[in-house]
Amino acid sequence: MEKNIIICGVGGQGILTIARIIVSAAQKEGLSFKQAEIHGMSQRGGAVYVHLRISKGKIYSPIIPEGYADLILSMEPLEALRYLKYLKKNGKIISSIWKLPNISYDEKVVVSELKRLKAILVDLKGIAQKTGNPLAENMALLGSASSYLGLKEENLKDCIRETFISKATLMESNLKAFELGNKST
Amino acid sequence: MVFKMKEILLGCEAVALGALHAGISAAFSYPGTPSTEIMEYFLQKKEKYSINAEWCSNEKTAYEAALGVSLAGKRAIVSMKHVGLNVAMDPFVNSAISGIKGGLVIAVADDPGMHSSQNEQDSRYLADFAKIFVFEPADAQEAYNMTFEAFELSERFGLPVMIRLVTRVSHTREAIETRSLKTQNKIDKTMPCKEWVLLPTNARNQFKKLLEKQKDLLIESEKSVFNKTSKKKNSCCAICSGIAFNYFMEVTNGSIPYFKLSTYPMPIKKIKNFSKDFKKIYVFEEGYPFVEEKLCSMLPARKILGKISGAVQRTGELNCEIVKSALGKKIIQNLKASIELPPRPPQPCAGCPHVDLYKALNEAKGSSEIMVFGDIGCYTLGASEPLRAIGSCICMGASVNNARGASIAGAAPSVAIIGDSTFAHSGIPALVEAAKHNNNMVLIILDNGTVAMTGAQETMLSGNSLLQIILGAGVPKERVKFIEPLPQNHELNVSIIKEALSCKGLTVIISKRACIQLLKRR
Repeated sequence: MEKNIIICGVGGQGILTIARIIVSAAQKEGLSFKQAEIHGMSQRGGAVYVHLRISKGKIYSPIIPEGYADLILSMEPLEALRYLKYLKKNGKIISSIWKLPNISYDEKVVVSELKRLKAILVDLKGIAQKTGNPLAENMALLGSASSYLGLKEENLKDCIRETFISKATLMESNLKAFELGNKST
Repeated sequence: MVFKMKEILLGCEAVALGALHAGISAAFSYPGTPSTEIMEYFLQKKEKYSINAEWCSNEKTAYEAALGVSLAGKRAIVSMKHVGLNVAMDPFVNSAISGIKGGLVIAVADDPGMHSSQNEQDSRYLADFAKIFVFEPADAQEAYNMTFEAFELSERFGLPVMIRLVTRVSHTREAIETRSLKTQNKIDKTMPCKEWVLLPTNARNQFKKLLEKQKDLLIESEKSVFNKTSKKKNSCCAICSGIAFNYFMEVTNGSIPYFKLSTYPMPIKKIKNFSKDFKKIYVFEEGYPFVEEKLCSMLPARKILGKISGAVQRTGELNCEIVKSALGKKIIQNLKASIELPPRPPQPCAGCPHVDLYKALNEAKGSSEIMVFGDIGCYTLGASEPLRAIGSCICMGASVNNARGASIAGAAPSVAIIGDSTFAHSGIPALVEAAKHNNNMVLIILDNGTVAMTGAQETMLSGNSLLQIILGAGVPKERVKFIEPLPQNHELNVSIIKEALSCKGLTVIISKRACIQLLKRR
């Protein structure tokens, strides 16, 4: 078992939370992991990413070597294309279909490029709205990726519960977003 | 199967936990990426471990406070980013001359690649200059282990010890195995009669003592368990320090013989002994070619391949691809987007008070050629399009005296833009000068009540205490103006800035509105 995952988007979209839930679930299964994050300046509305590596064996580099990523999970369609050099030839892209408009670009061109790459495009915003918690888009993305992670779904759900343990309504909406995301792919 | 749950920690947090388990009594810091999370962890845990943990005005004061704890016999840690060590250089270098009592560890986080910094200077040179022992961890587990060990060594040598971090160690989250907690040192108020009084007669002796200690430091480095070697028959070998070892192993899986270097001063004997059978020596290190420089003088007859030789890229962050290309290995042909991707640089948050201030400043200035000097913080983002409001950002606090100097040179009036925390960090002495000489300039202090860029840490100087400092520095009350940077106040704010620019002499404008991120948190 070895999974290399890039999680990306724009600062403030909850990317670190996705990563932390995945590594907690990996830990429950006794796997090793490394999660390389970027903090600081780039958080301010800029492009952000996490390199996440999970393995049965020893992991050396915290950064995924180019051409080794199994998955790119993106909260934003343009951002999904920024890290293509890391993706394996047969790697999978799962991305939000909704543009974050703090910069301008042609959405149609980006979406058709993602379709060319056989990306799975998910209506994260629509799912989050259904849960009544617009901030649950990140858990919808995690849900839509769950069958590609090589981790037990129940462990992922437990880790969501642990993350939002302080507020029952948040826990519920985030779990629902995960499930709806899961069903969407 | 049951697995023992380990703690999941960032490299920064692992340093903090290592220090807590080593029995520190106090921790001090100034926020700076990629070191901030060290102090944030201490602040979360200070009650549990009964320690004192504080943000300070700047890295120099933080270092001096930690040194004071050490001189009173207790263990202390001070943490900062690489450029922060420039600010703390004076006490840093001199604490090696005076010597210390309780274990004193300085954790410095370098930022190769400049993810969030204005340079990529390498702290190993500064430790070499101060003549102290350095640990360079390759990952978070080593960051924990080495920090724990650093306190023991510090007390044994009577010297501060450095933990040199880099971004990818600081900001990588891993599962950590921990040790049991040591009890804190007892207070010891004895003061040696000469050693800490660095008058020339004493300092000369102390410097000799520091030089004598160097052989003990070297012996420690030669026998350190953190330096590891693998021997195989091969024409070449690699010497890899810190995180570079992990990139090297990822690429080679140990198929080339290696020396994993983790401590400084460099274990010269061990390295010479290891490398004697190899024709070519690759050097992989994060940051400047520190190891390579030393090796070139240690082993002048050998072929050494690294950043000086040109085999390894000289600037930016190291990665697997750079190691691969140095070793002549193939990089996998990558997928590429068939369309041009627009960049998404960091930008001010929606509703950021700095933006409203900059809009007013730009209009007040109009087309007149006024030099506007910026400083370090979120407001540095105002240098980019569409605002283009500032024309410089050099180092913490530089704006005030950059503007003063330009004004003296004839570019009057000039403008300085500085945040409340950066002003407290190192803007105050410059303001004292500007007030004393009544230089023809406008100083705009952006008081958003927090250290915003690094994630809303506590600021030292905001609101009334900020005003009192300005008045106390000698700025007349009538030359201190106030702005609330809001869109509806735009016209008023433009007129206030225009008036300040037209007055001869120093005007200070306090532009006060809370950081939008801080408001969201409350």
